[in-house]
Amino acid sequence: MERNQTRRQIAGMRQSLFDQGLVDEQFVQLEELQDDANPNFVEEVATLYYRDSSRLIQNLDQALEKSPLDFNKLDNYMHQLKGSSSSIGAKKVKAECTHFKEYCRTANREGCMRSFQQLKKEYALLKKKLEAYFQMARQAGPSNAACRPK
Amino acid sequence: MAPQQQFHVLAVDDSIIDRKLIERLLKTSSYQVTVVDSGSKALEFLGLNEDEQMDQDVSSVLPSDHQQDLEVNLIITDYWMPGMTGYELLRKIKQSKSLKDIPVVIMSSENVPSRINRCLKEGAEEFFLKPVQMSDVNKLKPHLLRGRAMEDEPIINKIEATLEVI
Repeated sequence: MERNQTRRQIAGMRQSLFDQGLVDEQFVQLEELQDDANPNFVEEVATLYYRDSSRLIQNLDQALEKSPLDFNKLDNYMHQLKGSSSSIGAKKVKAECTHFKEYCRTANREGCMRSFQQLKKEYALLKKKLEAYFQMARQAGPSNAACRPK
Repeated sequence: MAPQQQFHVLAVDDSIIDRKLIERLLKTSSYQVTVVDSGSKALEFLGLNEDEQMDQDVSSVLPSDHQQDLEVNLIITDYWMPGMTGYELLRKIKQSKSLKDIPVVIMSSENVPSRINRCLKEGAEEFFLKPVQMSDVNKLKPHLLRGRAMEDEPIINKIEATLEVI
């Protein structure tokens, strides 16, 4: 009974990631690469993503403090962040990366600042939701590892 | 029937996430995988120094004084990388006597037709848009099989010649 409830909870958490537009089809692609031999693949990718993203966000923070702004450098960092966000299926973060890059292209300092604040919010929300989801899935046991419902 | 040796794919990408992803995709397809994070490391693995000129005569595909003791059957590389781009890596491979016949596939997060054309003109077999998916990796098989068929060609010719006589 409890097991079913946990499963339903996990499925619900997973569904809300999609419903809230936090993740896209690429996330499903990652789930499909998960199997008995690689039961934590999606979480492993997510962990790499957090580490890599926080490094890039830190770089962006520092670069945005400079005056004048080096838009090329900013665009470069954001290109990397967009790439990895795309690879994990982080839909909203990726969209914000695109906005930021556009502001870089037009050398719009204000736009970059605003966009970056929004990006950090989206990123923080995604990370929180993913961490909660994976933790739940892990707690439920290996047979309930976060994966696409068959 | 003797088991066929696994195909060995060398993947090149500076992004740690994309390296993990491509490695998993390739392993899921039962390929043996080596992943490196730069073009220069790829060339090092392939046994080619960056300074080697195109007319360097290497008698075999496997230079004996390098760690590489596994034949590489396909190289899949990201386009945009700091240092050496995937395009530059492609060029160096195609200019190398020992490596030019290894099929090369380019990956890129950007859909730029001129970039795609330039890579294909330079000899890339395929151009995948990132994020790379299983459906893309499934396209590698024909290139790998063709490579193996070319290796087996002398034997096949012999068999065909023999069959004609019968």
